Amino acid sequence: MEIPKQLIPLEDTPGEFVINVGPQHPSTHGVLHLRIKLDGEKILEIEPHLGYIHRGIEKISESLGYRQSIYLTSRMDYLSAHMNNQACSLLVEKGLQIEVPDRAKAIRILMVELQRLASHQLWWGSAGLDMGAVSPFFFAFREREQILEIFEETCGTRLTMNYITPGGVMNDLHPDFVKKVKALIKQFKVNIHEYDKLLTGNIIFQKRTQNVGFLPRDLAISLGASGPVARASGISCDIRKLHPYDGYEKLDFSEIVMDKGDSFTRYLVRIEEMKQSMHIIDQLIDNIPEGDYRARVKGIIRLPEGEYYQRVETARGELGVFVVSDGNKTPYRIKYRTPNFSNLGALQYIAKDSKIGDLVAIMATLDLIIPDIDR
Amino acid sequence: MKALFRYFSSIFSAFKSLWTGMRLTFYYLSHPKTILTQQYPENRKTLYIPEAFKGEVVLIHDENNEHGCTACRMCEMTCPNGTIKITSITEETEDGKKKKILDEWIYNLGMCTFCAQCIEACPQNAIKMQNTFEHSVYDRKELIKKLNHPGSKLKSTKKI
Ligand code: SF4
Ligand code: SF4
Repeated sequence: MEIPKQLIPLEDTPGEFVINVGPQHPSTHGVLHLRIKLDGEKILEIEPHLGYIHRGIEKISESLGYRQSIYLTSRMDYLSAHMNNQACSLLVEKGLQIEVPDRAKAIRILMVELQRLASHQLWWGSAGLDMGAVSPFFFAFREREQILEIFEETCGTRLTMNYITPGGVMNDLHPDFVKKVKALIKQFKVNIHEYDKLLTGNIIFQKRTQNVGFLPRDLAISLGASGPVARASGISCDIRKLHPYDGYEKLDFSEIVMDKGDSFTRYLVRIEEMKQSMHIIDQLIDNIPEGDYRARVKGIIRLPEGEYYQRVETARGELGVFVVSDGNKTPYRIKYRTPNFSNLGALQYIAKDSKIGDLVAIMATLDLIIPDIDR
Repeated sequence: MKALFRYFSSIFSAFKSLWTGMRLTFYYLSHPKTILTQQYPENRKTLYIPEAFKGEVVLIHDENNEHGCTACRMCEMTCPNGTIKITSITEETEDGKKKKILDEWIYNLGMCTFCAQCIEACPQNAIKMQNTFEHSVYDRKELIKKLNHPGSKLKSTKKI
């Protein structure tokens, strides 16, 4: 099969014209480059161009040890850094058959759910910003800042954590952790109503997102969409429920599935997920078990020969790590199946035949993180 | 008639939703106590940076200008970015044994990703992360730092 070099021709044909959005455009949240073929205001075709922030993380990881390469994964989807680290750690633990202490498991879930909250908050703010509402951005950062402060005290960093390591977590919780998380959750349960007042109920926001950008269920399945994008189209795909890890099976929470599939539904799914995350934190925060925060793992990790796969649910969908090991201290091949790459694939189908103005709203609710697409 | 009523009630609810949002915005505008923004360079004295914040790697020196580094180079091998360069010299002790001692502990701050794996790897716990963060300099060369203080020695492990 011949692979076409350029799907959309560079020259305009009569009646149609081609515009570029990005790679540096305020509404693309990063260096995503879209070539769009238009007929008037109607979108005929979209072609994403990737590679502007390709760093070769998979290739670098092949020359680093299993422990060393984990810090790179925080730089893929930087808003789900904990989940990415967790995926790699779980894979190593699976390979070496290490039993993680209960305390470490509880800490991991707490951190991961806080991260999910922080990620959805930032998404909520920037979604408003994309549609011209500036104040939500500041409201979102108010809560997110508190979460980052909690991270800063325990993990030492705000964005690129490298906190979850094979065997457990890097260091123990800060003494104020429980107190601060409780205060945060208490405050956020009140503040989430402000989110509804500002954006959910806002007539302009509703008109721009409701009945716009449909992703049908069967298309979402065949494109491999995951996370809130797929769950808004009626697919049950929460890895935390389907393949529980780190003790999610013991917790009581519900998977948010809605089936309308438009932009507004994707928005609602994320708002509901924030409430579920708070519910999970509520269950765990008072009963963090005592004990070790890390199991003993040898300094140089050698996975037994074979193939390993581990998946986790990040804030944006399913992250899969696939490792082929030849028994050495570095992986023979490592492959990340990132959620944003698949979700980006949906964009060209969702946005087809809609107006160019709606493209921004569609991209906002897809919640793309470009470094995760390019790796 | 019903359509007309629906038309006007939709206009009314639209204005109401805008008013709800605006009222919240005005509430925060008129309550300056709720402002959370910090003025960074002005508030440097009261700025709270947690103890655990990973700002830079330092070699721990005690009051006698002694450090714990035995120049085993574990940190250098663990670092994924080649940030650390350790050079050692071989010295002869009084009883004729050859012993490796630390010459220079070179740390390239510009290449560090603050992953704290060197800290984990050090068997002597000789290094730690410090919470300083104002690292900007005018020349890139200034980021390459020598961490062992001049004239510092290895901490004597023997109790006298
Ligand atoms: S913190 Fe990480 S990157 Fe920096 S010197 Fe230590 S091991 Fe290297
Ligand atoms: S700092 Fe620690 S790991 Fe590095 S050479 Fe010195 S003793 Fe070894």
